Amino acid sequence: MNDKRNKKLIIRLFNVSKRFGGKLALKDITLDVEQGELIFISGPSGAGKSTLLKILYLAQKASEGQILIDGMNLARISSSKLPCLRRRFGMIFQDFKLIPNRTVYENVALVLEAAGKKPSFIRKKVMQVLRITGMEKKINALPPTLSGGEQQRIAVARAVVGDPSIIFADEPTGSLDSKSAQAILDFLMEYHKKGATVLIVSHNLHLLERTVRGRNIEISEGTIKRIAPVLQGKERK
Amino acid sequence: MAHFVKKALADIRSNRFLNLITMITISLSILVVSVFLLFFENASRAIESWNQGGRAMIYLNKEFSLEMLPELKVKINALGDIDKIVYISKAQALDKLKKNMSSQSAFLKTLKENPLPDALEIRMKSYHSFEEVQKVAQSIKAIEIVEDVEYGQGWLGRFLQIFNLFKITGYAMCILFFLIALFITANTVRLAFYSRKLEIEIMRLVGASETFIKAPFYVEGLLQGFLGGFIGLTILLIAYLAISSGMTQSLASYLYFDIRFLSVKTIGLIIAGSTFLGWFGCYLSLKQILK
Repeated sequence: MNDKRNKKLIIRLFNVSKRFGGKLALKDITLDVEQGELIFISGPSGAGKSTLLKILYLAQKASEGQILIDGMNLARISSSKLPCLRRRFGMIFQDFKLIPNRTVYENVALVLEAAGKKPSFIRKKVMQVLRITGMEKKINALPPTLSGGEQQRIAVARAVVGDPSIIFADEPTGSLDSKSAQAILDFLMEYHKKGATVLIVSHNLHLLERTVRGRNIEISEGTIKRIAPVLQGKERK
Repeated sequence: MAHFVKKALADIRSNRFLNLITMITISLSILVVSVFLLFFENASRAIESWNQGGRAMIYLNKEFSLEMLPELKVKINALGDIDKIVYISKAQALDKLKKNMSSQSAFLKTLKENPLPDALEIRMKSYHSFEEVQKVAQSIKAIEIVEDVEYGQGWLGRFLQIFNLFKITGYAMCILFFLIALFITANTVRLAFYSRKLEIEIMRLVGASETFIKAPFYVEGLLQGFLGGFIGLTILLIAYLAISSGMTQSLASYLYFDIRFLSVKTIGLIIAGSTFLGWFGCYLSLKQILK
């Protein structure tokens, strides 16, 4: 309990709701996430998992409620400061969201270019991340010529190249075979061990069994149904 | 900056056809504007040359005597930027007329008295426009001893009226072509923006600032404008060289002035204008899309 109190709360949600027209996609979500924590957001399709993640990585605005990320209130943050905040995030999307007419190298380098880093630093860092993800031989390939697993590895490389403090992953293994899914998951766990806060949205409960300890937030019909620790194989039994 | 230029060039390459059409439109618009400017520049010089750089003749009435000359000169000098006043007596004027008419001057001997008036020839210090001479001439005409002032107000005035009408038409055409080029440029940027919508969305999500997103579009607009202006002027220069090589000599001797290509200042203004056009088209488009 003491340990928990000492940890910094990096994400705080207070009564957050999201409305699309007349329909409530999220209802009254209140949640705290500690720095360096691993969070799974699970639930059936249409439960509001991705909407919650989109609100957190600033792709959508909450209709009601307050969100604090590292002490910054998202409702009060000016549009000019948004890019700076986003550079602290790493995002992985189910559909990869890679730029099809840019090479693997250019897709990954984009994050650092946007942050105004020097070309020599960008080159070094991008090559380092591509080496770790096993994609260094495909730097000049265009994303449409790669397999789903390879594209997701590029997406992961892009998400971590800027050394983000928070990683948001929306169904990162959704369209991958089990081997590719495991590789992506292992990679995310590496970054989690290094201290990054990782939030993974997934409807795949088997994914939870393969990870280290974390918290599972179960969402259904736009509300949090259950928050429980992720148990490992032996603990479950 | 190098990154944005590189990015803009890559975008131009990937949207070759669209960018080519925009550049052709800009260059044609610049060509039309330049043709008008070429005509206006040469016509203005022709008018200046026909008017001999702000020259006017002041014809004095019969009451004039040489004692009045110093006071008259002071009065005229006080009216404006007068460079030179030359007195031409009626006797000198008749001698000049005889010389000019040479063989046909026999009838002048039959004259019982000299019908020509005493006159003053004035030249202005700096000549900018016909209106300037006209204004000074009208003030001179108001002096009591002055009978009349001749400054080409007859045929040159009429020519100027037509020229001014043509000038207004020219300006209207220039504005029209500017707007067409602006519309096409803005549309190209809009199409380029929509074709890269996913890329822009991703850029935003990974923390790219608005400047980072917009800058390549602006560079693209500036390049399109600059190249369009350069191509338009090159076409005009080629056409000018082809036409003027055979025509200038004969036309120059007939019109008493030589036809010249656009001045460096005008070329600079055209290039700056077309570059601005590219930028402005981009600005309007992005302002509308990103509002």
